[in-house]
Amino acid sequence: MSHAAVAATGSHPMPDSRATSATMTVHLVFLARLREAFGSTGELLSVPGDVSSVADITATLRERGGAFAAELAPGRAVRVAVNHAMVAADAPVRDGDEVALFPPVTGG
Amino acid sequence: MTVRIQAEDFDAGVEITSLRAGNPRVGAVATFIGTVRDLSDAAQVSTLTLEHYPGMTEKALEAVAAEARSRFDIIDVLVIHRIGTLAPADQIVLVVVTSAHRGDAFDACRFVMDYLKTRAPFWKKETTPQGTRWVDARASDEEAAARWQDPPAPAR
Repeated sequence: MSHAAVAATGSHPMPDSRATSATMTVHLVFLARLREAFGSTGELLSVPGDVSSVADITATLRERGGAFAAELAPGRAVRVAVNHAMVAADAPVRDGDEVALFPPVTGG
Repeated sequence: MTVRIQAEDFDAGVEITSLRAGNPRVGAVATFIGTVRDLSDAAQVSTLTLEHYPGMTEKALEAVAAEARSRFDIIDVLVIHRIGTLAPADQIVLVVVTSAHRGDAFDACRFVMDYLKTRAPFWKKETTPQGTRWVDARASDEEAAARWQDPPAPAR
């Protein structure tokens, strides 16, 4: 898969280019209020490891501070879908997954 | 079982006629139509814009409709949800359920709406003379959906 890694501005070290199996890349999608707060419809995010979790992804984003820290703060109601299915915070996330973050839904 | 996401308005009469056409087993048709209210927390709503998550929305609605079919003795389900900018009194959502008997038709129709409200990725943004704001989710919607989980399935 061809991609451009977008490193978090937090404490994660840059991935070693020789050890590609040690990082994974997920497609982040931001919707509704979160899209506006982050000023982005989504991005590619590289994180260490072969398997991560929803909580790991949101923690990585929170380290950026600003709107990410505010919107993803503990206690804020944020829903997550992995590959179009809503999941809990401890759900696994794997390389290539589409991970969407959004507020509680308000359709109907 | 059909789900549609569209900007265009719908004609409930046409959809009901189509869903039950040619099926003499249908003895009951339950329908729900959601419309845009012009009062929300006392502020005047000028327009309502519905955003969704293309790709997931269809799957989520199909999953809700499939769950309704597994829980209730129904013949068919139709869900239409509109997106884009709507005005007060506009129609937003249509659910039509056909069944042999009214009990399952009523229950399944309510179930589909209760689950849709908490599981389908739509978000409403209000535009009023004071500006725009995202509509907050209601705890009562979560409670309405949770009622169907305990007990796991209503005794038929």
